[in-house]
Amino acid sequence: MSRKLLLNNVHVEGIHTYDVYRKNGGYTAVEKALKSMTPEEVVEEVKKSGLRGRGGAGFPTGMKWSFIAKPEGVPRHFLCNADESEPGTFKDRYLMEKIPHLLIEGMILSSFALGCEQSYIYIRGEYMYVLRILEKAIAEAYQNGWLGKNIKGSGFNLDLAVSPGAGAYICGEETALIESLEGKRGNPRMKPPFPAIQGLWQRPTVVNNVETICAIVPIVNEGGDAYAGIGIGRSTGTKLISAGGNINKPGVYEIEMGITVEEFIYGDQYCGGIKNGKKLKACVPGGSSVPILPHYLVCKTAEGTDRLMSYESLAEGGFATGSMLGSGGFIVYDEDQCIVRNTWNFSRFYHHESCGQCSPCREGTGWMEKVLHRLEYGHGKMEDIDLLWDIQRKIEGNTICPLGDAAAWPVAAAIRHFREEFEWHVKEPNACMTRNYGLVTEKIFEKVNA
Amino acid sequence: MSEQIQQIKVTIDDQTIMVDPGTTILSAARQIGGNVVPPAMCFYSSLKGSGGKCRTCLVEVAAGSEKDPRPMPKLVASCSTTVMDGMIVKNKSSERVLDARKGVVELLLINHPLDCPVCDQAGECSLQDLAFEHGASHSRYEFERREFDKIDIGEYIKLHMTRCILCYRCVYTANQLTNKREHGVLKRGDAAEIGTFIENSLDNEFIGNVIDVCPVGALTDKTFRFRSRVWYTKPMDATCNCGKCSGNAVVWMIGDEIARVTARKDKYGEVKEFICNDCRFNKKELSDWKIEGPRHIDRHSVISANHYEKAAPIHTPLLNKA
Repeated sequence: MSRKLLLNNVHVEGIHTYDVYRKNGGYTAVEKALKSMTPEEVVEEVKKSGLRGRGGAGFPTGMKWSFIAKPEGVPRHFLCNADESEPGTFKDRYLMEKIPHLLIEGMILSSFALGCEQSYIYIRGEYMYVLRILEKAIAEAYQNGWLGKNIKGSGFNLDLAVSPGAGAYICGEETALIESLEGKRGNPRMKPPFPAIQGLWQRPTVVNNVETICAIVPIVNEGGDAYAGIGIGRSTGTKLISAGGNINKPGVYEIEMGITVEEFIYGDQYCGGIKNGKKLKACVPGGSSVPILPHYLVCKTAEGTDRLMSYESLAEGGFATGSMLGSGGFIVYDEDQCIVRNTWNFSRFYHHESCGQCSPCREGTGWMEKVLHRLEYGHGKMEDIDLLWDIQRKIEGNTICPLGDAAAWPVAAAIRHFREEFEWHVKEPNACMTRNYGLVTEKIFEKVNA
Repeated sequence: MSEQIQQIKVTIDDQTIMVDPGTTILSAARQIGGNVVPPAMCFYSSLKGSGGKCRTCLVEVAAGSEKDPRPMPKLVASCSTTVMDGMIVKNKSSERVLDARKGVVELLLINHPLDCPVCDQAGECSLQDLAFEHGASHSRYEFERREFDKIDIGEYIKLHMTRCILCYRCVYTANQLTNKREHGVLKRGDAAEIGTFIENSLDNEFIGNVIDVCPVGALTDKTFRFRSRVWYTKPMDATCNCGKCSGNAVVWMIGDEIARVTARKDKYGEVKEFICNDCRFNKKELSDWKIEGPRHIDRHSVISANHYEKAAPIHTPLLNKA
């Protein structure tokens, strides 16, 4: 069993309450930081740990923190991005629901390191019940003196509040999150200026993912070097993976970076293999935005080496033969699943969630959805496949925020790896309607031996 | 000037110019002028926060700066990217830019009704110019286009949302030029629409300017709708005594009648002096105005094909400068 840093106490009865959390070693990191460390030392530990943002982009957290502007007399803000809306990802909800105090502890540590006295947790509107759990936990933290004025006599003040969104995927983009938190329409801002210079209310702001913030707690407790010792290469520490799809044991798993994908899918302590003894057809390793991998590229890279659960290994081969770790929404497809239908479903999501601010994404996502709908329902033409390719190419990289890229990548990857299945939908419209799954067996699985 | 501002060098399509730090690529290109200027559908210099949305002004940065000459990986929006010393920008000389721009035009047009034959904006429409210059001759879009009901916003303005490209210019105008924030964007994605919260009419004294800032025919002047094609009217510079605005406007004449009044636009279609509703909608008599002379309509509009201009080239700032 691999080491667990975030979820080691998750099965303790009543861990969501303050008393149990405290008894199980909770808030020792805050105690340690406030008593014996300066804010700079905390930042230094995080840099040493090599922790990378768990929200999807994988940007080094320590570096992000060091970019924050520190003008005299201007308050800074620290925000927690709990707007977890990526299809396939549900790790943050699990953390907040089960051990809300871990997030609060991480918020205190991060705010202390960055010198912020007012921090917010921006949570998606659909997680209203999680918001109530968090608010209860925050009230407990206030009662026990971990929040408020002069925390435990250290002279550090921190107020923490939870703010719900209204249910928009786009508000998970950090500048849109800031706009939404300010009470405006959640449109992403133009960058630069980056939030580290001008964020919430034009003040320097850092936005981090829930899991990233939780990971600060073990880093402070055990030291950055110890954390960096776990994992492989530049992917340090542990990562929560929300595994879903056609597997025997879906759920949230904490893994050490660097285990093989094969072990993760087939290992008994993780997903436990494909459900009903079927064959693996494809896998989306990091949430709906990342490119889909066909079965012959899931466990092995194009070079034939083992693919590992790490930022680098999953991205090996670029977009041609690789994917991304993303936010860790691990979706597995068995042989019965239709890739065209799946791509259409993703496209429908991005069409629905595009904010409509910039033209390529606003118009292009809708167009892609309509073309994919036509293909899936047996009215497609051969040219549609090239048309789709062309549309995604015109969206990718030409938009204000990464939602355009996120909408384009899954379509591009599906066409790249499963073109035959798209063609089959055009050639056999009746079959694709009645069977409702793609080219099963033969053609897709031939590539293993090729 | 006592304070010496260190000017920085920027090269756009092999033409070099010295500009002040903090200038955007688009405004540097406009200082050079001519063919290197990228099109802009949403950027409007006098409106704070505008720009970056339409993505037609995308350019390629071949070298970031003198110090760091690496190219930028993505195309950038020239209206919201500031220049660095020694930056090398490619606009029309880059295949990538032209390709991306063509893509943006195609995407802008998929939900546009293409009803130019009955649209009042035809002839002075930025989207028309853009499509003419960068678009394909036919659309690959085979689905139903987005449609909205036409809405009267206020006494004088008609909103035809189907034509809108969501540049947000009118939203910024309503927010910044007037004191009331009644005007905004509702819904999201391709269902987003310009709205006046539950169809409140906009009755601010300067709200008529949303018609001028609109790059397409989404917001039109109800006093002029369907009266004439713009190229049959004669634009004349005119002034009037107005307590609310500067009174500098353009009157568009059909014979001796004033068909409509607009603010004066520069060659990039931007209004520098906004005019009030009174001048725009109510002063339709010749006696209200002092006519100064024919208006030079610059750049690519069909109106600039007007013949009388050559006889009286009175507004030629470029020539005077040289």
